[in-house]
Amino acid sequence: MSSSVSITLTHCSRTFAGGFTALKPLDLQVKAGETLVLLGPSGCGKTTTLRIISGLESPDIGGRVLFGERDVTALPIEKRDVGMVFQNYALFPNMSVADNIAYGLKIQRLPRAEIAQRLDEVMRMVDLKGFGERRIDALSGGQKQRVALARAIAVRPKVLLFDEPLAALDAQLRDRLRLEIGELLRELGTTAVYVTHDQDEAMALGDRIAVMQAGSIAQLGTPQEIYHQPANAFVADFIGAVNCLEVIAKQPDGRLRVHGGELNATHLQNVSTVYCRPEDIQVVPLSQADIKGEVIKSVFLGQTQRLMVNTGGSKPLQIEAPSRQRWANGAVIGLTLPPSVLFHPDANASLYSKDIVHG
Amino acid sequence: MTSRLRFTLQLSFTLLVCAFMLVPVAMSVMAGLTENYFVGLQSGLTLRWVNEVWQLYANTIWLSIKLAIACLVITTLIGVPAAYGLLRSRRRWANAIEELLLLPVAVPGLATALALLLAYGSYREFRGSWLFILVGHVLFTLPFMVRAVLSVMQTAQLNHLEEAAASLGASFRQRFFAVVIPNCMSGILAGALMVVTLSIGEFNITWMLHTPLTKTLPVGLADSYASMRLEIGSAYTLIFLVMVVPLLVAIQWAGRLTGQRR
Repeated sequence: MSSSVSITLTHCSRTFAGGFTALKPLDLQVKAGETLVLLGPSGCGKTTTLRIISGLESPDIGGRVLFGERDVTALPIEKRDVGMVFQNYALFPNMSVADNIAYGLKIQRLPRAEIAQRLDEVMRMVDLKGFGERRIDALSGGQKQRVALARAIAVRPKVLLFDEPLAALDAQLRDRLRLEIGELLRELGTTAVYVTHDQDEAMALGDRIAVMQAGSIAQLGTPQEIYHQPANAFVADFIGAVNCLEVIAKQPDGRLRVHGGELNATHLQNVSTVYCRPEDIQVVPLSQADIKGEVIKSVFLGQTQRLMVNTGGSKPLQIEAPSRQRWANGAVIGLTLPPSVLFHPDANASLYSKDIVHG
Repeated sequence: MTSRLRFTLQLSFTLLVCAFMLVPVAMSVMAGLTENYFVGLQSGLTLRWVNEVWQLYANTIWLSIKLAIACLVITTLIGVPAAYGLLRSRRRWANAIEELLLLPVAVPGLATALALLLAYGSYREFRGSWLFILVGHVLFTLPFMVRAVLSVMQTAQLNHLEEAAASLGASFRQRFFAVVIPNCMSGILAGALMVVTLSIGEFNITWMLHTPLTKTLPVGLADSYASMRLEIGSAYTLIFLVMVVPLLVAIQWAGRLTGQRR
């Protein structure tokens, strides 16, 4: 669809009665047609941001919300032309599946034939054909969320908003529905904002991800940037597991001395810690090892296994290793950490500071 | 063995208590249907007394029905929006208002009626009309409607449903009638049955507020007990029971309906 619209928030903050600041002054632009994921722990302000975009909440005085060029700050949700999917489905129990989906179309007073045609179209899109006459309480959780999805897209909104839509579903269903939502969003090309605390969901669905922390955006970037070049320790830690190696000393040749060995990281010089992801550490013969440590625990995860290796630091290193190899607890193993997998948020910060909002 | 004995004991005790409560009702009904209560059943069964009650007191029955219906209409029109308002307002205010609403239930009906008489008794026209009694009935029954509706509203996730409807473009009026009302229908139904039952049976307030031309069923009942034959009073009771028992059954049924919803 060519009619997608951008969303611009300028200086939007939100303070609740009693002085609690849910959101610090925030500037954010969602490009036309993109899916932006707001990711963060509970209480980070992601839902408040979504509700400000939707019109269910107003920003504090001074904040502005624009859809394209149009200032919608003063408009309530029913005038904003948005479609919204809620965590608890929020389906109308007094209506059938078809009546739920057609509700927005009836409000728009579309001709009966067009309502029927659109109903048919969206029910096919979300794989609910033949469910039209069902009662809402006769549906499973996954089906309910499909109905909610169909109801939101049926009105062909300018903006689609998702408030943790999969949080109430079990893991398997969540994965499947996540894929379907992803396909649907690509197919529709509607600008979408998606709130979640689940990093897998964020990675899979987001064109860009805004990681939020304590009422402001900690980092805004593509999933790759967020994962590989986290802007700070919080982001690094929140997105996937991360190891933090303490630098004990810098060797004359530029190598960094850490617990258990030495690392070649000439691109990280004035740092006191070095980060790396568990899956980037490889187990190698002791003769080729950068650092050595003792296996203290291994957890079998199916595809992989998670090893906890004590190298003498305050925390054991987490390593993701192929699952077929076996190590007994107490075995000493060698690890290699190539320079390319080592990073430090401060070295990334300068790259993204333009996106980070200082509140 | 002992458990069986215990069961038998419990059952007989329950039956005894039931009998204790039901025998007077049965005797009263019988009294209304026998030719002469002092002679007993052998004097024969008759509908004469029921008929006589109808001749004497039909207007009180009609007035009670009229009052109950009017009372229902008003408590629904006031009570449902009031419950919605309480749902939306801040907890501290909502609690205070809910307690205030309950006041006419806690305060003796006679006191409520006296207050009404003091305040509005001098408006002759109003004082003499059935509308004066209606005010008393609304005061007394409104909290029952509000509470029944509010409790359903609180469990129905109305907040989320309304937000969803709004996101689809529904204005407040559209949301209220398409989402709020249908989803608290069971509460409105339960409240309505309660209101009608209470209004039909209300005596305290009504007795104080009535005039010879505005007697309701319970007031007429008291009148007949005081000045008529025992058989007539009993037949009158019978008519009252016939009106009220179906309502009570319906309240039970509506209560189950709301229970299932949750």
